Amino acid sequence: MTDNNNEQPIIICRDVHKWYGNYHALRGINMEVKKGEVIVIFGPSGSGKSTFIRTINRLEEHQRGQIIVDGIELTHDVHNIEQIRMETGMVFQQFNLFPHMTVMQNITLAPMRVRKWPKEKAEEIGRQLLERVGIPEQANKYPAQLSGGQQQRVAIARALAMQPKIMLFDEPTSALDPEMIKEVLDVMVELASTGMTMLVVTHEMGFARGVANRMFFFDEGQIVESGTPDEIFNNPREPRTRLFLSQILTH
Amino acid sequence: MATRSEILLPPAPPRPIVWLRQNLFSSPFNSLLTVLSLAFIIWILNAALRWVLLQADWSIVFNHPLLYAVGQYPREALWRVGINLTLLSLLIGASWGCLGRALRLFSLLYAAMLAVGILWPAQFETLTLTMRLALAANIGVMGLGYLAGRRPFVTGRRLVLSWLAALAIALVLLSGIPGAPLLPLVPTGLWGGLMVTLILAVGGIVLSFPFGVLLALGRRSSLPVVSIFSTIFIEIVRGVPLIGILFLASLILPLFFPPDVRFDRLLRALAGLTVFSAAYTAENVRGGLAAVPRGQEEAAMALGLNRYQVLTLIVLPQALRIVIPPIMGQFVSLFKDTTLVSGIAVLELLAVGRSVLGANPEYVDQQAEMLLFVAAVFWFFSYLMSYASQRLETALGVGER
Repeated sequence: MTDNNNEQPIIICRDVHKWYGNYHALRGINMEVKKGEVIVIFGPSGSGKSTFIRTINRLEEHQRGQIIVDGIELTHDVHNIEQIRMETGMVFQQFNLFPHMTVMQNITLAPMRVRKWPKEKAEEIGRQLLERVGIPEQANKYPAQLSGGQQQRVAIARALAMQPKIMLFDEPTSALDPEMIKEVLDVMVELASTGMTMLVVTHEMGFARGVANRMFFFDEGQIVESGTPDEIFNNPREPRTRLFLSQILTH
Repeated sequence: MATRSEILLPPAPPRPIVWLRQNLFSSPFNSLLTVLSLAFIIWILNAALRWVLLQADWSIVFNHPLLYAVGQYPREALWRVGINLTLLSLLIGASWGCLGRALRLFSLLYAAMLAVGILWPAQFETLTLTMRLALAANIGVMGLGYLAGRRPFVTGRRLVLSWLAALAIALVLLSGIPGAPLLPLVPTGLWGGLMVTLILAVGGIVLSFPFGVLLALGRRSSLPVVSIFSTIFIEIVRGVPLIGILFLASLILPLFFPPDVRFDRLLRALAGLTVFSAAYTAENVRGGLAAVPRGQEEAAMALGLNRYQVLTLIVLPQALRIVIPPIMGQFVSLFKDTTLVSGIAVLELLAVGRSVLGANPEYVDQQAEMLLFVAAVFWFFSYLMSYASQRLETALGVGER
């Protein structure tokens, strides 16, 4: 693994293409993410945002182009894939907590089995993370006993337990009732303030405006426009960007 | 209009008379149906009970308890069966003590079964006083096991190991060791009755389950050789009736071994039953695997778990929980299918009954009694398994999110 100084981007994507059969889902994505950056990816549905973020940890396979995460290139090499997955944590729209395990077991499973930590260390880290996301008292409950917002916060804690360098969020609040969105966004804002590199696919423009370093607008498998939140919201260059923003910012 | 602070209770359930009037006698037609149904039920019950208690001659059943229980097992070696029974009583008691209320009904039914043996209506030459006392002692042993099971040193893991060890000891005791003075060989050809039925059923269930899970995983594998082999195996076995599989097992298995090694008949039967049940279990498990949401696998993979860990820690536990009902159903079927092994000359319970019927001219018109007895025994065990399945489903939350 190459030594990563602070100038080398932690994620490099060069000309990334992906096809589903004949459907061209990603058409030449180029992106560089520096360590500690918070990137918001937004766009209409079907634009390839989720597909793109899922290629970063190989939940989807790209057919052309290069993806380099933390100096490791993402290829068919299983060893590389395992390394990358240890350094990237992912939070899903549908939470995907393991229903047959308690909250604490959900969180400590991967650190114990993948990083091979002893149970006491894993549980201690688990307790700290549950405190950090605001639900320390739920440790011994099963996911089905928690509300949606609590489950998503457990999912964030579970991903953080592996102490990843990058956190990937795939529409983390889209499946939540409106009154629970804030509690999850608060956790994400706190996470950003600690310097975590985050790639977030979301429609929550308030979050983007407040915390994002850069925003990328995806449409039809391509990056149409990118820039700081200031540039995107106050001065969008592309007509498609302007159209989309007008559609989602009116309510 | 009720305010938020008033509590309205739901209406109370109706008193019995009212319930009867509402459900059974709500209209003239319904009343007529009720009366006719009651008359029919009383008529059937009356005829059945009179036949069972007064007209039927149950001597075909009562005169041969040992045949039904252990077949032709040499009577002087029965003490070995006795030891196995004691081990069984001890383990059932210990499991009850360890797992608590869940096994209470099961243990009590086991005790009831022993009581039937103690009170067996036959003369003491057929079922000696010693044997009856031994059966009674077994109830005591179960009680001791219960007390021991409640102590902390009896853990779930130790319990499982004890069961496996007991299984091995039981088989060795029953078949004997060549050359041992106290344990002469008893060829499996002499084993028979309920003992054989239970050995085949339990052995078949315990062996076919892991085999079936492996086949299901093999069928879903991305390696073409594994997946094609599994699919062909499953489809062929499912396409042949069980009696055919048993004949095949009986004829083909000896071919794999050198000619002078006589492949044991009981093992051939067990192999046939296992292979058959494994194929059906595989299809059930495959359904369960497909029912686990893909997001579970993805979340596990995103955390860095490898394929084996994803399977054993996340996917299989959820898949198996979903398919408990059909799998338990498959086991109950297997239990009843053991009757087919009489086709390859293994004397299980039903075969013993039929041979007693055929060998003794004085029982010539007692076929119904014999069949009813065997049916009752099968029903008893099938219901036990069904009940266990229901308890398992409730405990594991099958059908809830």
